[in-house]
Amino acid sequence: MSTAVLEVSELTVRFPVGAARLPVVDGVALRLERGKTLALVGESGCGKSMTALALMRLVPKPGRIEAGSIQLEGEEIRELPVAAMRKIRGGRIAMIFQEPMTSLNPVRRVGVQVVEAIRLHEKISRPDARRRAIELFERVGIADAPTRFETYPHQLSGGLRQRVMIAMAIATHPAVLLADEPTTALDVTIQAQILELLRELQRSEGTAILLITHDLGVVAESADRVAVMYAGRVVEEASCRELLRAPRHPYSRALLAAMPAAARPGARLAEIPGTVPPPAQWEQGCRFAPRCEFAVENCRQTVPPLLAFGAGRGVACPIVAAGPCP
Amino acid sequence: MSAALLSNLIVAALVALAIGLAWLVRRRPLWRASARELWRRRPIALAVLGLYACVALLDAVSWVGGQAPDTAAGTSLLAHPRSVVDRLFPADFQERSYSAPLADVEFYGGFKLLHPGAHLLGTDIIGRDVLHQTLRGARVALLIGGLTSLIAIPLALLLGVGAGWLGGRFDDLVFFLISTLASMPSLLLLVALVMVLGTGTAQVCLALGVTGWVGLCRLVRAETLKLRELDYVKAARVLGASDLAIVLRHVLPNLGHLVLISFVLMFSGLVLSEVMLSWLGLGLDGSWGRMIDQARTELSRQPLVWWNLFSASIALFGLILAANLVADALRDVLDPRTATERE
Amino acid sequence: MIAFILRRLAFGAATVGGVLTFLFMLFFLYATPEDMARRALGDKAPPQAISTWIANHGYDRPLAWNPDAPADTLLVEHFRRSLSFDFGRSDADGMPIYQRIREGVGPSLALTLPLFVLGLLFSVALGLVVATFRDSYIDRAGLVLCVLTMSLSILLYIIGGQWLLGTVLRWFPVSGFDTDPAMLLRFVALPVLVGVFVSFGEQTRFYRTLFVEETSRDYVRTARAKGCGDGRVMWRHVLPNALIPIVTHVVVAIPLLFTGSILLESFFGIPGLGSMTVEAIHGNDFATLRAMVFLGSLLFIAAQIATDVLYTLLDPRIRLG
Ligand SMILES: Nc1ncnc2c1ncn2[C@@H]1O[C@H](COP(=O)(O)OP(=O)(O)OP(=O)(O)O)[C@@H](O)[C@H]1O
Ligand SMILES: [Mg+2]
Repeated sequence: MSTAVLEVSELTVRFPVGAARLPVVDGVALRLERGKTLALVGESGCGKSMTALALMRLVPKPGRIEAGSIQLEGEEIRELPVAAMRKIRGGRIAMIFQEPMTSLNPVRRVGVQVVEAIRLHEKISRPDARRRAIELFERVGIADAPTRFETYPHQLSGGLRQRVMIAMAIATHPAVLLADEPTTALDVTIQAQILELLRELQRSEGTAILLITHDLGVVAESADRVAVMYAGRVVEEASCRELLRAPRHPYSRALLAAMPAAARPGARLAEIPGTVPPPAQWEQGCRFAPRCEFAVENCRQTVPPLLAFGAGRGVACPIVAAGPCP
Repeated sequence: MSAALLSNLIVAALVALAIGLAWLVRRRPLWRASARELWRRRPIALAVLGLYACVALLDAVSWVGGQAPDTAAGTSLLAHPRSVVDRLFPADFQERSYSAPLADVEFYGGFKLLHPGAHLLGTDIIGRDVLHQTLRGARVALLIGGLTSLIAIPLALLLGVGAGWLGGRFDDLVFFLISTLASMPSLLLLVALVMVLGTGTAQVCLALGVTGWVGLCRLVRAETLKLRELDYVKAARVLGASDLAIVLRHVLPNLGHLVLISFVLMFSGLVLSEVMLSWLGLGLDGSWGRMIDQARTELSRQPLVWWNLFSASIALFGLILAANLVADALRDVLDPRTATERE
Repeated sequence: MIAFILRRLAFGAATVGGVLTFLFMLFFLYATPEDMARRALGDKAPPQAISTWIANHGYDRPLAWNPDAPADTLLVEHFRRSLSFDFGRSDADGMPIYQRIREGVGPSLALTLPLFVLGLLFSVALGLVVATFRDSYIDRAGLVLCVLTMSLSILLYIIGGQWLLGTVLRWFPVSGFDTDPAMLLRFVALPVLVGVFVSFGEQTRFYRTLFVEETSRDYVRTARAKGCGDGRVMWRHVLPNALIPIVTHVVVAIPLLFTGSILLESFFGIPGLGSMTVEAIHGNDFATLRAMVFLGSLLFIAAQIATDVLYTLLDPRIRLG
């Protein structure tokens, strides 16, 4: 078994809302390995982005990381001083965001923004950094790199902007790349190209990737392992093949059943009854219980831990974990 | 029709309007929730505004008659209609000159007062009770704000919605009009207008209205342009609803929050503008601006007379502060854009 | 780009025309020259005196229609004289207006320029501070202070400032003016202080909203994820973006510097354009008022064109888009 580059456990992020402090991310455990991709899937609002931001210690105010440990290559970074943390951000952990249009500074040239990413972490002259940045542009498949280098974000297409974001992220050879829905805002064909680019980079650099998405097609294509999140908690973790073939947790199943490809011709498209409740209405026990067809009284009372279910697989549902599949 | 009767009728109409609005707000869940939220955030400021409004309205309801004071002047004091606020004070509640708050004798000279110890905030240069004058200022302030809004808001809505909805030539024209008016320095324009039009209540309000509608009109025009492109508005057009129906049903209701917020903000701006006009000698009789203007020289007297300035300033400050606070809260509650920005 | 500037200039010229037309309607159509003469000479003036007054001020032309000499009308004359800055003589005392305006600009600027610069620095800095600490007690205290200061009338600041700092504490002279720099400073300090206090509430709130809005944008998150520190994020990323609205806001305020501050100048005895305007108001001097409104809008329109051009230079989305 390869070593973990990033190991997260019991990660909890809370937002004060009125008098309450809502656990938007609640006891999440993740493990990223070198050269491997972990996909984090779940419906909108379940806390995927917040988890990724927490790994960078960039949770927006007034939210706060309240508990848990984040170990980067064996080193605990949750309590690290801010200055040291800045070295890690963009250095050893890099991040790509969903909206390439708004995520780049509109009034600065894209080249300068990549150069800034390099020079923040390496002592290197401006011309050298510029040369490196142009190489990076070529590397991520931006044709005509020296010209594009001088353009402003609004002059580039969505796909190109995302390539700039990727160039910026891989500029310092990070050990971990957090990709928050890198393809959601793009056309299907561009989506495939960007995913292919990420895979290619991963192969050559051995980067560990956390791929956040709610598109199971993307998961099937790119991920090695999958963690399914629901309402701030990881409810199932398994290898990609196993999860897609035989999801265990009732929520994972419902999610898969709701995917159009899973529906055989003629069969009705399954849908998950109800909607994701907002954090203020989360249950004490299993948060999926109100929408779960197997829920028993106990589900609403106690938080189900992530139970081992075969080798390298965890399911946060005692009912499924205990018996044969109901 | 006498002025008193007209004023009484207007008060009745205003009260009816307020009740009607309250009823409308109660019936619509969304509006009701906003109103509740507003009340939750700013109960004191809202109550203060309500108090000012009550005083102003009570000062506008007047009639002839009442108990005659047993002095020499006697019944002749009752010949004119007196308002509810006037009736809180005796009809002959006047001294000969300045007296300090709750004093027994005149401030300069030491003559005995007609009503010793009864003037809570003292009396002014010609012996009028300052508390009485201050309370009456509320009506003038509300008159300025209300009448001007009555001129400015319909004008801004008509031209703004028209320009945004119709586009083309009409839009060009309105835009040109707005640019022209906005390019003139507002205080100078205001002064020029009042000088040319004259210094009556209607004229001052007209001048304030002419300078005041531009900002709102610009907002309304921009918002209408945005609304016109919304899917459901487009859908209504495709389905063949008439322009007028769409504007009435979809556009105007969605401008409500803009108008409301602008109204409250405009209101405090107008009252402050009147203070400046007063100082330039172009203000309205009985306004707080007048009181402050007159009190200016009193600070250089020895010993100085402070209660006139003090009362008018506090009354003015209270109204403006309450209006500003309510405007802020309104914006937070009603304008979703700034609401998300707070997160 | 050139086409844009040309179009902008054309619209500016049209607006100047609009302003002149508006002034014509107000001062010649609504208030006729006869009204003006009556106001200047009093209601009981003999008709003879009134017609002499009208002739002396050059108001004895047909309003807008003269079949014999189409150019010889008040309308044409009003446009011609305004556009060539030939404002004629005051309706009140017959002094040449242009001369007076030239003399008044200096004292006005001596007051408004320091007021403008100090006010700007003060409110931008305070806006930046409260925006950085937003949702904390510093922020809340700052906002309460802003609303409180906004709710007081400028008149009260002036009266209070003069009384407290001038009469009671005797820190500053109550009013007056001098061209000697050292004395000038003493005279101008109090009105500047009062002026900063008057404007800072609204300005600070404006800048706070601006900075808060800008720091919540996605690119700020990207910058942080790159490893930028707070200072770098503010200076290199937020400020260049915020500069666009700041410049727009600031440039448009510049014309007001030239027309002076009506209240501050006349209260503190500064012989600038503001004082001149107040005299014009008290003396029913329509000609001076007309000239001031026209000059004010001319400067404003010029500033607006400048802003639009600057805007396109600062924002690549528009410059290159
Ligand atoms: N300032 C805040 N105050 C309170 N709750 C917040 C705040 N910001 C975010 N949240 C909550 O955090 C939760 C997680 O948000 P997050 O952006 O991580 O979801 P996500 O899974 O990334 O969704 P999406 O797929 O839409 O990107 C949401 O339910 C949201 O309500
Ligand atoms: Mg997200």
